Amino acid sequence: MTSKNVHVKIDEMKTSSGLIKNLELSIGKVINENYAEPMGPTPMPSMTTLRDWDMKLLNKYKPFYMPDCDSCCLCTFGKCDLTAGKRGACGLDIATQSSRIVMLACAIGAACHTAHSRHLVHHLIEKYGRRYPLDIGGLNIKVEAPVSRLVTGIKPETLGDLEDILTYAEEQITQVLAVGHTGQEGSNLDFESKAFHIGMVDHVGMEVGDIAQISTLGYPKAEADTPLVKLGISSVDRTKPVIMCIGHNVVPSVGIIDYAKDTKVDEKIEVVGLCCTSHDMARYYNRARIVGPISWELRFIRAGLADVVVLDEQCIRTDIYEEAAKVNAPVIAASEKNCMGFKNRTDDPADEIVSDLVSGKVQGVLILDPEKVGEVAVRVAQLVAPTRKRKNVLPSIEEITQIAKTCTQCKQCQRNCPQDYAIPAAMKAAAAGDLSLLTDLYEYCIGCGRCEEACPQKIMIHSLIVKAGEKAMECEDNLCRVGRGAVSDVEIRNVGSPIVLVEIPGIVAIVGCSNYPKGGKDVYDIAREFALRRYIVVLSGCSAMSAGSYRNSEGKTLYEEFSGEFTAGGVLNVGSCVANSHIAGAAIKVANIFAKRNLRGNYEEIADYIHNRLGAVGLAWGAYSQKAAAIGAGFWRLGIPVLVGPHGSKYRRMLLGRKEDPQNWEVLDARTGDKVNVGPAPEHLFNTIETKEECMVAIAKLCIRPNDTWKGRSIKLSHYVDLSKRYLGVMPNDLHLYVRTMADVPMTMKDEFVKILEANNWKETVIPDPTMLPRMVRKMKE
Amino acid sequence: MSCEPWQCAEIATSKKANPIQKPEIAVAMIKKASRPILVVGSNVTERWMEGKQAIEYIIDLANASKVPVVATAHMVGEFIKRGYQPAAFMNAFEIGQRVADPAWQGLDGKGRPDLVIMVGMPYYMQALILAGLKHFAPDLRTMTLDNMFHAHASWSFPNASFEEWATNLKVMTSKFEGGQ
Repeated sequence: MTSKNVHVKIDEMKTSSGLIKNLELSIGKVINENYAEPMGPTPMPSMTTLRDWDMKLLNKYKPFYMPDCDSCCLCTFGKCDLTAGKRGACGLDIATQSSRIVMLACAIGAACHTAHSRHLVHHLIEKYGRRYPLDIGGLNIKVEAPVSRLVTGIKPETLGDLEDILTYAEEQITQVLAVGHTGQEGSNLDFESKAFHIGMVDHVGMEVGDIAQISTLGYPKAEADTPLVKLGISSVDRTKPVIMCIGHNVVPSVGIIDYAKDTKVDEKIEVVGLCCTSHDMARYYNRARIVGPISWELRFIRAGLADVVVLDEQCIRTDIYEEAAKVNAPVIAASEKNCMGFKNRTDDPADEIVSDLVSGKVQGVLILDPEKVGEVAVRVAQLVAPTRKRKNVLPSIEEITQIAKTCTQCKQCQRNCPQDYAIPAAMKAAAAGDLSLLTDLYEYCIGCGRCEEACPQKIMIHSLIVKAGEKAMECEDNLCRVGRGAVSDVEIRNVGSPIVLVEIPGIVAIVGCSNYPKGGKDVYDIAREFALRRYIVVLSGCSAMSAGSYRNSEGKTLYEEFSGEFTAGGVLNVGSCVANSHIAGAAIKVANIFAKRNLRGNYEEIADYIHNRLGAVGLAWGAYSQKAAAIGAGFWRLGIPVLVGPHGSKYRRMLLGRKEDPQNWEVLDARTGDKVNVGPAPEHLFNTIETKEECMVAIAKLCIRPNDTWKGRSIKLSHYVDLSKRYLGVMPNDLHLYVRTMADVPMTMKDEFVKILEANNWKETVIPDPTMLPRMVRKMKE
Repeated sequence: MSCEPWQCAEIATSKKANPIQKPEIAVAMIKKASRPILVVGSNVTERWMEGKQAIEYIIDLANASKVPVVATAHMVGEFIKRGYQPAAFMNAFEIGQRVADPAWQGLDGKGRPDLVIMVGMPYYMQALILAGLKHFAPDLRTMTLDNMFHAHASWSFPNASFEEWATNLKVMTSKFEGGQ
């Protein structure tokens, strides 16, 4: 381990009191050099260390910018009009400004995850001590922190070791944020490189947080067969007081659960969660309930189901206070990042806080001590529930029709709906007594409430939708597999060969938020399609919840239908946002454990391996946040393609390959140094997909890699063709670019392929040992 | 008919589309273009006008005008089902990136389009692609045929009802030789 702290080494010293030999002293930490793996070339990379690698990727996948705004208003020179090539007062053009926004978004995301992790580590060290050993999978995991090892060269063994890794990440975030200042970077590609850099750092930050909480809080440790937890609004027992925790940081929820257990009321209350904090609650506590994705905040609160709302951090609605006040539910803010304007009551006696909240003297409080949060939340919930009596602000079914009659059909609701849903038509039908269109909207609505903000008649449109969908809401009793954390080394050993060489066609990581274009069912459909095709399907966050919210024809949820093992046809839930690092970690471990590539500080080589050999694709169908941008950027730098749903276009920059340009697709054959055209594999590094049907085909295609064996390529092509026929209704139009030898052609499709190959003057080519790094060529030709 | 962006927050434009007040104007522009293409997105099977899906109107227009169609998303199959063969099918951003490239030689390899007509993608997505073209292909003319005003296009129809939209498309179709 590298140390910058005071370090004194004395080989031999004679003093008046005796002889000292081989004394080694380090102030601040214990030196640990048990890590035998040699250090690679890029430990703790700075912003420019991996710039050459980034430029290789950016040359292959060129940015296509779609500015959301024609101007820049970040400094007082502005606003500057940057339309169509004009430069601003600082000299920046629109491409550079667009890439700057991308970088800043990724930096915000990385800061969010890393600050979350710093808080966790801080808190857990305070509770368990710096020397508390890390354990995320017992004997099944020797490579406990693949991302951190790869990036920093540190092999963490204790909670204290994680601080060094975080210090590195925090420095990089500060450096990258500084680049966003006016008058710094002047090249769009350099901004892009820095976005990649901070994405890589984001995965480091996430990994630290998750391995800290896995090690200390008794979470499942890389187990395939984790329990199934109840999911959905209807899974909540409403006869009991309900505490709803929203956000991502489990620490306050742990305080609540511990207090409930200690006071033996855990069976008398319901502790439920929304968004990622609920995943982590379920990892900690077998009675926790996952209500659903982040977009369900309004519907849960307005339906009156929460007796107390506890907010931690990230992705929470900032108007929760007003919403909760309407249903007399007290709010406890529990994070420094989100004080909500409440008075800080951390140092006040719990009795006083409870009294003030229960009496309604105050609607909300800020408490920064998780144990006190626990006591206050549990006591307040028990006292408030009997008087609240599930007070809600939903209209009755009869009232809906009356309210809908006040609609003037001005269409402001539709024009302000992110999804452009036909709300006026639903209101018109409701006014005539037909609620079916409003009920349909319940399934699709992302719950943002923008329709209400726009309505000149002040109609509570979202409440109408929720009431109309109440019957559907009552059926939301599904199952989610508890987040398992990392993929074990054993699983990597078992699947490494099938993934890289033959029969597993790919890994599909479906991650991220719930800003879906047409409800969560798309996520379920995509996950199921690829699981049935024996891809490995890995889920996390809100996507993991949406995937568990539907059932097959036999009434089984996805997690009952498929195993949670990292193997062909497995459907895994790794856990919350910070658990996304395990997906990158699994890819890195394939290179390390299966292919025996050195990990430590060896980023380029590992990324080169993953990009050219590992058929992995990320999909964030409902991505909305800066954190999702940062997660994506971490995958980009590893060379893993990422797809987003239509709203992902608002990240305003895609990284696209041009399949018809042969020079785009040349790699070096590591055996000979020859340049070989391997075709567009993978075709893009980042792209937006318009519909579910298109997504099915795009995923299959993006799993193709230059190093596929002929058998592996044949399997991948058969899925690509089959999905294209089924969802697009046609044969793909680029098959000739993916056939290297006739052995690549699926046997059952030979006739169709031959016609296509002949029509495109196809010529056979070789299957190289692909690399983009000249130093990896074993025998360079003269 | 309003010439404000259909989605109300899409206001940050310094160069705003010219409104197409009459369908004949759009027809004249298409006739004037030497290499137009029509990019058609997934909403054309979601929108219904006078009992017909928007894709039916688009097929009529494409047949009449002979403008080559690029189908995005999964629309290629929808066109073929209805007996129309698009010139190409690809992802919306793939075609956006290509038309923004001055060196691109078009669908037929004979030259870059000089007019890109768009219709039927999710509003915000189409707006972003049009913004990309406005900034990075300022020489390229763009036009939208939706009933929603697109500020980033060179020319756009104003916001309009489905009935008005159907009328506009029918009038356009009738003004081409193949539509008479």
